[in-house]
Amino acid sequence: MAFPKAQRWLLAALLLSGGASALSGSIDPYFLDVVMGVGVGIVLASSLNLINGFTGQFSLGHAGFMAVGAYTSAMLSTVVAPRTGLGPVALQWVFFPASLVAGGAVAALAGLAVGAPSLRLKGDYLAIVTLGFGEIIRVVLQNVDAVGGARGLTGVPAHTNLLWTFGTASLTVYTVWALLESTRGRGFLAVADDEVAAEAMGLDTTRYKITAFGIGSFFAGVAGGLYAHLKGYLNPGGFSFDKSIEIVVMVILGGMGRHAGVVFAAILLTLLPEGLRELGSRSIPNPFGGPAWSLDWIKDARMILYSLLLILLMLLRPEGLFHRRPSRMPSS
Amino acid sequence: MSASAPLLQLTDVTIRFGGLTAVSSVTADVREGELAGLIGPNGAGKTTLFNLITGVYQPTEGRIDFASAGTAGRRPFHLTGLGIARTFQNIRLFPSLSVAENVRVAFHRHLRHGVWHSLLRGRSFVAEETELAARALELLGIFNLERLRDAPARSLSYGDQRRLEIVRALATQPRLLLLDEPAAGMNPSEKDELMRLIRFVRDRFGLAVLLVEHDMKVVMGICERIHVLEYGRKIAEGSPAEVRADPRVIAAYLGD
Repeated sequence: MAFPKAQRWLLAALLLSGGASALSGSIDPYFLDVVMGVGVGIVLASSLNLINGFTGQFSLGHAGFMAVGAYTSAMLSTVVAPRTGLGPVALQWVFFPASLVAGGAVAALAGLAVGAPSLRLKGDYLAIVTLGFGEIIRVVLQNVDAVGGARGLTGVPAHTNLLWTFGTASLTVYTVWALLESTRGRGFLAVADDEVAAEAMGLDTTRYKITAFGIGSFFAGVAGGLYAHLKGYLNPGGFSFDKSIEIVVMVILGGMGRHAGVVFAAILLTLLPEGLRELGSRSIPNPFGGPAWSLDWIKDARMILYSLLLILLMLLRPEGLFHRRPSRMPSS
Repeated sequence: MSASAPLLQLTDVTIRFGGLTAVSSVTADVREGELAGLIGPNGAGKTTLFNLITGVYQPTEGRIDFASAGTAGRRPFHLTGLGIARTFQNIRLFPSLSVAENVRVAFHRHLRHGVWHSLLRGRSFVAEETELAARALELLGIFNLERLRDAPARSLSYGDQRRLEIVRALATQPRLLLLDEPAAGMNPSEKDELMRLIRFVRDRFGLAVLLVEHDMKVVMGICERIHVLEYGRKIAEGSPAEVRADPRVIAAYLGD
């Protein structure tokens, strides 16, 4: 279970993010935006995987925790930062990461606040409570004028770059992986498998669940901060139930509780809508002569195609795209 | 620990579920290092008593003492930490974990490293993990399961799953091992093997065993003392020979 080389992988990933970030000036801004969106998607999916995939607690509130982190760090950048008198370099390299951590910490507190009382609930019931929490966050944000209310929060500085997104993504994947790959970490899986047996083996199941919620929400909050400083604009509508479902779909598609699978699913599902949009702007030559066939309809049918793809995947591979089917012997 | 005080002491333990009294004023004890049995017809309250001892249920009345300390209000994981381990009537392994991982998870209460160590993965963390892997294999070896160490627990045969449950319980380093129908579903030769193993485990690890079992050959063959339940009440206690000759026990099993 122990991999001494793991930290070297993490270091390589961080260096690669830094290198790519240094060259980002020569990359097409639209492409850069999409790629950074992928990084944020990886952070969200990996952190939810800890809660939903490994610990088996079905949460539908991840967008809510993301929103808490996004608004916390955005408020720090728009309200607090200008009063610190820091230069642009210090703002991006010192203040910004600190505000990301602060956003993560507040999101983690929110995670603990929701987690602690509701973790006696299982399955559907927990899903409904977390869903309710996510909606409450969104509605509160919509009605508090100090954070822009329904108009949203504008003027968030564009501090997010490739290093911050993929550095955070690497750290998230590493943290979730390292947490699981230990005797203590296998307890998360044991809690998911059978809570009664886990308690009987001396595992404090409540503590495991709260840890998963705390760490998962922390990274959701950091992802929110990255998102805020990537888009430069926050709107409560962006953290709706749809967003939570999108992250849940990444985890399910990646095969609940697979590290790499969920990363791939996050990449795929972030790129898919963009790819379809791109495809919609093309046309194919008409083999019978005459005007070329426009693929413009794909633009309108994008979300329908996306949904159809998901339905097909769930029908054909309900265990997720990247899940190896465990060898199963007929049980008595 | 004085020789006189029993390891586990139940005093007038009663539990009611709504109007149903599942266990009624049971007083019993298990001594240090003893092989004790708990028998009774179906529905006599044997598994309920196990759930009371392990903290899954709290008694409505009466008290339970383990190693001379009250267990009221303790959660199951806490009691496991104090030295009570169990197996389940319907096998409850961690099906998605491998055989070796099932055992390693049960080392939890003895772990020296915390969450932060698994993130930093320092030398002493790796050393502890290596040591635990070796200890898991050693325990599995006693039960001839080491060849299956990387198989998912769900893929094991019924008999192997039962034995893995016992190994997993032993990994918590208990002073009292509760076995809930360990011989269920086993064939006669597997039962003989199980009886040998239970005796061996008791001697090797110096623990007390309390087992619930329907198979009279197993119970009479290994238990030094037997408690008999019927309708939630204790109707007899004694050596296998005494219990077998007790007219109340015969009546409970065969009818009046």
